Amino acid sequence: MSQPLQIALIPLLPLACFLVLGLFGRKHLSSSAGVIGTLSLLVSTLLSLQTAYQYFFVSGKVNGVFQKLVVFQYNWLEFAPDLSINIGLMIDPITVMMLVVVSFVSLMVHLFSLGYMKGEERFATYFAFLSLFTFSMLGLVLSSNIFQIYLFWELVGVSSFLLIGFYFEKPSAVAAAKKAFIVTRFADLGFLIGILTLAFYTKTLDFGLLIERLSTASTYLSDINAASFLGISALSWGLVLVFIGGAGKSAMFPLHIWLPDAMEGPTPVSALIHAATMVVAGVFLVARLFPVFALSDPEALKLVMYTGAFSAFFAAVIACTQTDIKRVLAYSTMSQIGYMMFALGVSKYGGEDGLGYMASMFHLFTHAFFKSLLFLGAGAVIHMVHSNEMKDMGGLRKMMPITHLSFLIACLAIAGVPPFSGFFSKEEILMAAFESNRLIYGVALLTSGLTAFYMFRLYYNIFWSKPADVDGHHHGEGTLAMKIPLILLAVLAVVAGFAPIAQWVTPDGLPIESHVPITFSILPVSLAMGGILLATRMFKTQTELPTQIAQQMGGIYKAAYHKFYIDEVYLFVTKKILFNLIGKPAAWIDKNIVDGLMNLLGKITAKLSELIKGIQSGKVQDYALYFFGGIAGLVLVFIYLWK
Amino acid sequence: MTNIPLTNILFLSTALFFIGAYGLFTRRNMITMLMSVELMLNSVNINFVAFNKYLYPDKLGGVFFSIFIITIAAAEAAVAIAIIINLYRSHHSIDVEDASEMKY
Repeated sequence: MSQPLQIALIPLLPLACFLVLGLFGRKHLSSSAGVIGTLSLLVSTLLSLQTAYQYFFVSGKVNGVFQKLVVFQYNWLEFAPDLSINIGLMIDPITVMMLVVVSFVSLMVHLFSLGYMKGEERFATYFAFLSLFTFSMLGLVLSSNIFQIYLFWELVGVSSFLLIGFYFEKPSAVAAAKKAFIVTRFADLGFLIGILTLAFYTKTLDFGLLIERLSTASTYLSDINAASFLGISALSWGLVLVFIGGAGKSAMFPLHIWLPDAMEGPTPVSALIHAATMVVAGVFLVARLFPVFALSDPEALKLVMYTGAFSAFFAAVIACTQTDIKRVLAYSTMSQIGYMMFALGVSKYGGEDGLGYMASMFHLFTHAFFKSLLFLGAGAVIHMVHSNEMKDMGGLRKMMPITHLSFLIACLAIAGVPPFSGFFSKEEILMAAFESNRLIYGVALLTSGLTAFYMFRLYYNIFWSKPADVDGHHHGEGTLAMKIPLILLAVLAVVAGFAPIAQWVTPDGLPIESHVPITFSILPVSLAMGGILLATRMFKTQTELPTQIAQQMGGIYKAAYHKFYIDEVYLFVTKKILFNLIGKPAAWIDKNIVDGLMNLLGKITAKLSELIKGIQSGKVQDYALYFFGGIAGLVLVFIYLWK
Repeated sequence: MTNIPLTNILFLSTALFFIGAYGLFTRRNMITMLMSVELMLNSVNINFVAFNKYLYPDKLGGVFFSIFIITIAAAEAAVAIAIIINLYRSHHSIDVEDASEMKY
């Protein structure tokens, strides 16, 4: 099979699957929809792995440097000879890595859903939506052009909306879907303006050209630097606005409010969209434009760094207090994505300085596996106890041995305990932070301790804590289809750290020799161990200790429990300020002035017709009289006036 | 015959025309209205014949016109009576006041 066709098939198979299941699923394929979806994605995954193998081992390197290869380009909309929107496929190291991650995690989620969603009335619709999402995400990472990425970006948003609101009979799910859509859409407005700004000055939408023109000295670069608005150069505006789009999708503070609510969707969906794939789209976007950020505008990159570091810490604090297990995982996701963001932020371009970039991509890679594993494990638990709340769980380790073991592995991985995968990527991130910014390093270290604590708080609350009070014989741990993904992902959560990402995924395509000295690892690992021990002491058996500590913490605990009132602030700003200051006056103008003008015109017409409609009396003789009068009038005119 | 002045005849035809017009506007019965219209037509006929006789005695144009009008009046009476019959069938009345649905 030729390479372009092979790569094009990776996103097109899920698209075909979406069309088939969407059109015929409910009537004709209601029972086989899951198998069709899973099989088509299996083929996609195999093709992705084949592509990765070819790229990394056979054809990707030219002179020892990984190249950006545009394997397919179609001129779609031509505005001017030098400005057109193309549809193309581009592969480079991050794309190939994302292809593997997205298709594999999606495959696992499809497989898990076969068991989890069994008996659901809209089973086929669910798989159609999953396929749509997978198509959009794969298309997003393959985009060769910044406008194309925007199209897929929105498609991803729509499919996420559909999946979050899958249980649309639940008002909370509808609200969550709406919230996710509006918040990310709001951020995408920034993204669009950013795209237009960058494209306006560089006269291209193509990634390769755009990056080349903005990262090396050129007339384009001096033009965009010279133009400024409010004292900030157009380049910074463009990059910051693009980053806002990325921050919206990646749930960075303060645009994170949709992510915890998005947990209303089916749990496998959370594993796919809100853990492993869609939420890292923002990281992917910054990584895609990384040369521009790093070489031309380090200030914008600083913003990325601070936003990421703050979000990482902020979310970790909230995660320690939540009681809904999926919300804990949601905040944990936000925190880990914060890690990836600030890792990009501390990185520089070229050679060994690209460590942060590499570490970020490495963490994205390992995080996808252990976080989707955590979500799928949580899904299995929820499937069993029919509740998301910690208080309904406890003591499940004997009833669900496989879930228990895989969940434990994922917790160890995310906590950064060697030799699990999270350890390696986190060490690289900490190393990169340590080398460039000590403040960020401190925050990262603290966050890593908190991560270990809240993950094990979750683990003990689900699997230990108190004797189980659920009827385990009811339906047991779940079907084989639910166990296989857990096992496969657990294996990957252990071994993914050994993948030689440093050799493959770097900003400039050259391999990095990364070596984290063992002495450097002592502090983070002991902090993680400390967090785990603290959680063990507090939550392994049910005691009064957590409540006492919570009471002693007082205001801080309460504020964290209420997510630092960010939602309330948003509500205040939107409902009280925006609604009263803009919405109400606008409504008044619309109701009274715009509508009033139209009503006035209507009333005048009605009054006039009221006045003269009596003429149309319907009586023949009246008409004859008018006719006669008219003739008489004409006669008078002809006699006296015409002459 | 020749010593009757033209004005007398015109006076007659004008009187006839306005009597017809008055009947047309005041009577509610459609048959009567039809009769009034006939009166008006005949007043016009008188005019034609009189003018022909007094102004162009050696031509026949006015007389032909009156014959035309008489023919057309016959056809018009047939149409009008057909309308009246139809109206009677649908409204059970030939009073024009009763047929005033076609209004605003």
